[in-house]
Amino acid sequence: MGSHFDLADPRFAGALVALNFAQAMEKYEPTLGLEVHVELNTNSKMFCSCATEFGGSPNTQTCPVCLGLPGALPVVNAKAIESTILIGLALNCSIAPYSRFARKNYFYPDMPKNFQTSQYDEPICVNGYLDVEIDTDEGPAKFRIEIERVHMEEDTGKSLHVGGSTGRIHGAEYSLLDYNRAGIPLVEIVTKIVPGTGKYAPQVARAYVTELRDILRSLGVSDVKMEQGSLRCDANVSLAPMGSGKLGTRSETKNVNSLRSVERALFGEIERQANRLENGERVVQETRHFLEDTGLTRPGRSKEQAEDYRYFPEPDLVPVTPDAKWIEELRTKLPEKPSTRRKRLQTEWNVPDKEMTALINAELLDVVEETIALGAEPTRARTWWLGEISRLANEKEVEPTSLISSANLAEIIALIASGELTDKLARQVVEGVINGEGSPADVIAKRGLKVVSDDSALMVAIEAAIAAQPDTAERIRGGNIPAAGALIGAVMKATGGAADAAKVRELLLKHLGQA
Amino acid sequence: MSSIRLSAAEMGAALAKGEITSVELTNQHFDRIAEVDTAVHAFLHLDKEGALAQAKSVDAKRAAGEKLGPIAGVPLALKDVLTQKGIPTTCGSKMLEGWRPPYDSGVVTKLKDAGVVILGKTNMDEFAMGSSTENSAYGPTHNPWDLTRIPGGSGGGSSASLAAFEAPLAIGTDTGGSIRQPAAVTGTVGVKPTYGGVSRYGLVAFSSSLDQAGPCARTVLDTALLHEAIAGHDPRDSTSINSPVPQVVAAAKRLDVKGMKIGVVKEISGEGFQAGVRTRFEESLQLLVEAGAEIVEVSCPNFDYALAAYYLIAPSEASSNLARFDSMRYGIRVGDDGNRGAEEVMNLTRQVGFGREVKRRIILGTYALSSGYYDAYYGSAQKVRTLIKRDFEAAFTKADVLVSPTAPTTAFKIGEKSDDPLAMYLNDIATIPVNMAGIGGMSLPCGLAPEDGLPVGFQIMSPVMQDDLMYRVGGTLEAALNSKWGHTLISQIPDLQVR
Amino acid sequence: MAAISRDDVAHLARLARIEMSAEELDHMASELDVILGAVARVQEVAGQDVPPTSHPLPMTNIFRADVVKPSLTNEEALSGAPAKVEERFKVPQILGEAE
Repeated sequence: MGSHFDLADPRFAGALVALNFAQAMEKYEPTLGLEVHVELNTNSKMFCSCATEFGGSPNTQTCPVCLGLPGALPVVNAKAIESTILIGLALNCSIAPYSRFARKNYFYPDMPKNFQTSQYDEPICVNGYLDVEIDTDEGPAKFRIEIERVHMEEDTGKSLHVGGSTGRIHGAEYSLLDYNRAGIPLVEIVTKIVPGTGKYAPQVARAYVTELRDILRSLGVSDVKMEQGSLRCDANVSLAPMGSGKLGTRSETKNVNSLRSVERALFGEIERQANRLENGERVVQETRHFLEDTGLTRPGRSKEQAEDYRYFPEPDLVPVTPDAKWIEELRTKLPEKPSTRRKRLQTEWNVPDKEMTALINAELLDVVEETIALGAEPTRARTWWLGEISRLANEKEVEPTSLISSANLAEIIALIASGELTDKLARQVVEGVINGEGSPADVIAKRGLKVVSDDSALMVAIEAAIAAQPDTAERIRGGNIPAAGALIGAVMKATGGAADAAKVRELLLKHLGQA
Repeated sequence: MSSIRLSAAEMGAALAKGEITSVELTNQHFDRIAEVDTAVHAFLHLDKEGALAQAKSVDAKRAAGEKLGPIAGVPLALKDVLTQKGIPTTCGSKMLEGWRPPYDSGVVTKLKDAGVVILGKTNMDEFAMGSSTENSAYGPTHNPWDLTRIPGGSGGGSSASLAAFEAPLAIGTDTGGSIRQPAAVTGTVGVKPTYGGVSRYGLVAFSSSLDQAGPCARTVLDTALLHEAIAGHDPRDSTSINSPVPQVVAAAKRLDVKGMKIGVVKEISGEGFQAGVRTRFEESLQLLVEAGAEIVEVSCPNFDYALAAYYLIAPSEASSNLARFDSMRYGIRVGDDGNRGAEEVMNLTRQVGFGREVKRRIILGTYALSSGYYDAYYGSAQKVRTLIKRDFEAAFTKADVLVSPTAPTTAFKIGEKSDDPLAMYLNDIATIPVNMAGIGGMSLPCGLAPEDGLPVGFQIMSPVMQDDLMYRVGGTLEAALNSKWGHTLISQIPDLQVR
Repeated sequence: MAAISRDDVAHLARLARIEMSAEELDHMASELDVILGAVARVQEVAGQDVPPTSHPLPMTNIFRADVVKPSLTNEEALSGAPAKVEERFKVPQILGEAE
């Protein structure tokens, strides 16, 4: 990525120096901290029995509890506890034998009680880690991200800002509130500070959130859709001069709504902070908002004084003390780690690293596994998805998995394996299926795509090719087998790709005395 | 012939025998209310329509031969801090003026199931903060024994309604003595059950770890009947005890304390209390001895810190519980002229909607929880709570129940202490330790103070989940006192001078 | 020396979202000063080795099954609203940003 900073930009009027990311990373060391909020996919809310379904009519999934009506009381959702423990176990955390809810007190209209029932000094999971791998100049490198805590809390309502010039919050005339989302269970995962990532900080952050997302998905505890808000990331970063051994002042960036944004936001923040430091300015400890369109961050609401949350133990709820037996039962429920699964598949399929990375980055692992499960030969399954299907998908600007089903592709690959289709013919079948001409069998029938394997028909084409390239034929007779390729190619061309290439080769070599 | 002076048990029996209908009984009470409540001001809202509908329904069931509970069809006054669906619930505050909850509290559900007729909502100190009902935004309630005096607080409306014969049963809530102290100064009976014994779902929270709803009546047996009707597990309240309801009615009828050890708590046994209060307390101890109990002296030294700890814990929890009153979703809204932001409207609403005492406690609680002060104040208070619990546990190894005068004085004059918060807080000195430990506490009338002729209350404290013990002792003492006097105490209340 | 100053009260009033006039602040500060003086004695006995009590009864693990139950209707939910627009609560403009 190039630098976002343009010295001609009026914001930089008076700046003495402007650094781009690479330059910044030569002079400064970043320290990261990542907070991820996960919306659990329980049926009911964290502290009441209202439905959690997305997209309901406003204020139709509320009750005295999640509306914070006078006299209402919370009751903990057992499934939410279970999901949180599973998350903690999957992140190698210790599960606290004794944990408690606490009130986090602050005022905001989207918070019905003007306190959030959360956890403070007695969270349910502590001290875990997650290993991620990224590509560096020196090849793949591993980073261990340590996890400080995993705790439970509740989501807020949603506000709509009406009026004002931009419809955004500043200058709005009034706000409208929908509390359907208020009280939906949230799990917060907080890392310890992550030093030593250097210029790879943005990538490490992205890899962490990606791996976390994959783990959460495999646990089945959340939809983990960043675009829908069921997975949210706040990225913290601070810079210190290279080798200083100190920690700088950190900023927190919110509104990071995709994996790519995680990377871009940190890239932009590091550049911003480096440029402030270079120009003799302090980095202010503040919350900033990521702007999708520019990749920059802007300051959040400036608070006159830092909020004092006045945490105290929630008196309406009793402590949570999961017993060791239950925790072990949950541990047996843990699915295979995504990283373990990836290694296993790589070994099973015998795939080189570079191709494996390509598959993972293209998010084709699941569909390839599916296609193979339906009987397709592994190498072909991979090559087709990564190759032809991805190429077509790029052209049409859609996801590869939306073009064709794994079932249809598996069927086509099976026909190639049995010799009923050549690669070239198969491409036409794929095209036909994508165009909506029906199933592979339908397309083959409609378009009359058939491999020519009839010996006599092939011999006609072979003899024609020999006649056209007598010198090549002579070389083959002389023992130069590779030269056969040119003649085979000519036969394939003449038959419009319908010839069975292997059969052509067999017949040709036999004919030329090299069988 | 009006039945309003009967006990609830007697009314229940009369109803069961068909001597009177619930509709007749209910109307008699509304007539009484119309006659005296302008002077007493126990009620904030009357629900004639709902009450008569319930009365009619109970009468119909009885006529159809259904077996009904002992207080089915009996009227009741409900402290305005408990939600009743569609009925105004103000908590004595301007903040909730006109608010009608969309749901019933657990207590109300149980009352309706028991066939009890809820006449209306009673006056209280705003958000249950006070000991005199002078902090109500709707004006004070007047003690029926002497209309120039306070009826106690925060549940003065409920206790006054009983003393004025406007209802034979009432529900109160008790956080530091708000059922027991009003009972003491109005010559009625009030019980704070073991914490968790009665559902807090729908009880507008003041101090969540201390609040408890409880039964109030003119006799110990009536209180027991109401106690059994409202107690029990509620899955909507995570702090609700999941155990069978204590057999308090049987205990109240037992009339036997032979062999029981009654512990007098040195630190709240009356030193510094009004002389007449001490006199009546000691006379009652004597009666218990005559009934076969043994008096032992126990010391709970940490009780000296109970008041201080309470006035840190309760305001702290209150500051958080009352944060929801911000005008966004319900309640009054002040200053929304289109030019002000949400925060400013919140600030103005809370300035106008809350009274002085409530604001005082919110600020105090905010301070006690704030960064840098938590350990010294809230944190320390929670430790004192542990010490108080330990004192009780130790005391209960030496005695079956503990006793003390309920309040240090009889009913004081309206306005006498309202400018001195600390003096007001001292009214709860004997009742607060009970809430801190979560045990059960009862106040029953034990006489009139000689110097002013005003009621004195006797407090009985029982161990966690052994509420039956206080009813056993209370029932026995009440019978002994009535026998000694030749009449009940409440029968001696002067006729209300109604203007 | 006052335990709590007028400025302290002003800060607390801001935290608690309660508007207070200058007179109210002064009055509150002096009252609270007296009260704090009286309650501070909890520190005398709150030793290091005493655990705090948050819940009067030693209950743990009170949960409910993850089952959906009927919610309030939109009318019921909005029944107390000082202002509403269609199906939502209408509130004055929110100048800050969500946490």
